[in-house]
Amino acid sequence: MVGYLISLGIFTATFALFSLGLNLHWGYTGLINFGHVGFLAIGSYTTILLGIAGVPMFFAVFAGVVLAMGLGFSMGMATLRLREDYLAIVTIGMAEIVRLIALNEDWLTRGGRGVYGFPLPFAQFNPNIPTKLGMIALFWAVVGAAAWQWWQWLERQYGRSRLRWLLPSYAALLIAGTLSLWATLLPLSLGREIAIFPLVLTLLTLGGAIALVSHYCRPDKPAVIPIALNTLAAALGGLVVKALTLGLWDFSYRAGLLWLLVLVLALVVWQLERLIHSPWGRVLKAIREDEEVAKALGKNVFAYKMQSLLLGGAIAAVAGSFYAWQLTFINPDGFVSLITFQGWTIVVLGGAGNNMGPLLGAALFWAYTALTRFIPLDGGRLEALRMMLIGLVLIILMMWRPQGILGKKEELSLGR
Amino acid sequence: MVDESSLAPVPSSVSQVLPADLLLATELCKSFGGIRAVDHAEIRVARGSITGLIGPNGAGKTTLFNLLCNFITPDQGRVIFDGVPISHLPPHQVALQGLLRTFQVPRVLSRLSVLENMLLAAPLQTGEKFWNSWLQPLRIRQEEQELRQRAWAILESVGLAAKANDYAGALSGGQRKLLEMGRVMMHRPRMVLLDEPTAGVNPTLINQICEHIVRWNQGGVTFLIIEHNMDVVMSLCQHIWVLAEGKNLADGPPREIQTNPEVLRAYLGQ
Repeated sequence: MVGYLISLGIFTATFALFSLGLNLHWGYTGLINFGHVGFLAIGSYTTILLGIAGVPMFFAVFAGVVLAMGLGFSMGMATLRLREDYLAIVTIGMAEIVRLIALNEDWLTRGGRGVYGFPLPFAQFNPNIPTKLGMIALFWAVVGAAAWQWWQWLERQYGRSRLRWLLPSYAALLIAGTLSLWATLLPLSLGREIAIFPLVLTLLTLGGAIALVSHYCRPDKPAVIPIALNTLAAALGGLVVKALTLGLWDFSYRAGLLWLLVLVLALVVWQLERLIHSPWGRVLKAIREDEEVAKALGKNVFAYKMQSLLLGGAIAAVAGSFYAWQLTFINPDGFVSLITFQGWTIVVLGGAGNNMGPLLGAALFWAYTALTRFIPLDGGRLEALRMMLIGLVLIILMMWRPQGILGKKEELSLGR
Repeated sequence: MVDESSLAPVPSSVSQVLPADLLLATELCKSFGGIRAVDHAEIRVARGSITGLIGPNGAGKTTLFNLLCNFITPDQGRVIFDGVPISHLPPHQVALQGLLRTFQVPRVLSRLSVLENMLLAAPLQTGEKFWNSWLQPLRIRQEEQELRQRAWAILESVGLAAKANDYAGALSGGQRKLLEMGRVMMHRPRMVLLDEPTAGVNPTLINQICEHIVRWNQGGVTFLIIEHNMDVVMSLCQHIWVLAEGKNLADGPPREIQTNPEVLRAYLGQ
């Protein structure tokens, strides 16, 4: 179960990182980028090919970022002065060009046979106990900071600072709920029968946590369902936290990868939030709303669009390095346009124009993928059914909540 | 400075440069396909004045505005703002010179708050540069503080302070006009081109808007106003330019324009 949760965590975090770049393009700047996978491909190939050539890993990733920015620059020069639909067409073409180059330039990328056996981070890493404890502590610091941000958001949404005194009891219930959930799922993952006692305990603690916060949040309008969903998400997040903690203790390569990914993701989200709330981010949002206005107020629209394109591409390139390290084997089939549209699904699902959107969207997307794997159908049919179901989910979402799960409802009623 | 313009086939009396002119455009032409939207048009705006630009619908007034700010590149002609030729500058550079514009249908940034709409407009903010978010965070914070104060002051003066934290997209049509004008003022412009500031606005608000324009004008801002409401034009403007079918028809003080037979013919038909 530890291994499975860690794998799932790596996929989720990689795609969250990938989609954060897309969210910067679409959600904040209004750029329609249908070729995001091109940045991922360049990041992946550059990192591993330079890694094989013996370049230290950090510099290999950095080179991938620089090359992806080069791709973004040429996309931008070609289209950013034109209307935005041209960008959509050119980006999709550019991503295909990158994939076809990877497929056909055999001397460089080994073509369709793919690349494997490249150096991986933490592959020969055997941490001693203090190092492990240090890694776990750093991870917990990130988790703690994220949990605190989440709690403050919950307070703003559902009960302002009146909730603060509830925090210790809520946290205790959440931890208890997570542990009992773990105890419920563990036998299941080993193929044994579900244990009744932990299940009852899970329901009691989580139910108690939901009831506690719902009751005290807003007496006039108790938001039970959102708080229930939040609590459930927190408990499931707790599972991954526990899995990674255990995984770091019995150190494995994948646990190390997820650990690194969590740190990178936290850093990127933190800095993106800072940027988006700076005057720079304000200009991006203005361009998203109406670029003529931004122009009329003296903003160099082209330069800002280009910066957004480059930064989002750089983030996707970093995601590309992790993508390759996770798969340990890559070939051009891993960079088809479908990946771009999975990114779009994640952004739309979570809510564009919100840096938390891609995180939630990626978690939902991979939870969905993990759950549908147990449907008893053969490979091709299962894949088709999955696509149909996610299409259906998107259609329903567009009807009921077009702004995405974390999008603000008030935005819908606005005229232009 | 614009000697060559005297070679052009327009009356030389019109193309004389007066030192008091803040904005001067000569020989502006723009065709869309076979239609000459603006045809050798000419306009001068005296420093510190409120100048009007009128003409029947389809006369090319808004196109002329777009040409002045280079939102549309003119086929020919030149625009000089405060002695500096600006017809080759991209639109955002024109704005940075201090020549700002509003739009005929007010354009607010819907999913930004009213306050953010205002803050955005301030030119050359430190925090607008990408790296400065890391290099000069303290200075950015301080600037934001000052901008906020200025934005609040302007919002209060136009009566939008209560709406500061609402989405701009939730404002009514009249409020959008006010926001758009307030936003332009946030830029500390030297000259503002207003495209129909009172279109679709109730009479009380029209009076308010006129008062704001006069107040800002007394503060040193020059205005060029496209307007169909003749009461507004005649009471606000010191000088009026009339455009018909893309060509200059007349210009002069309001009294003269009101009685000019050609202008009357253009508006009322033969």
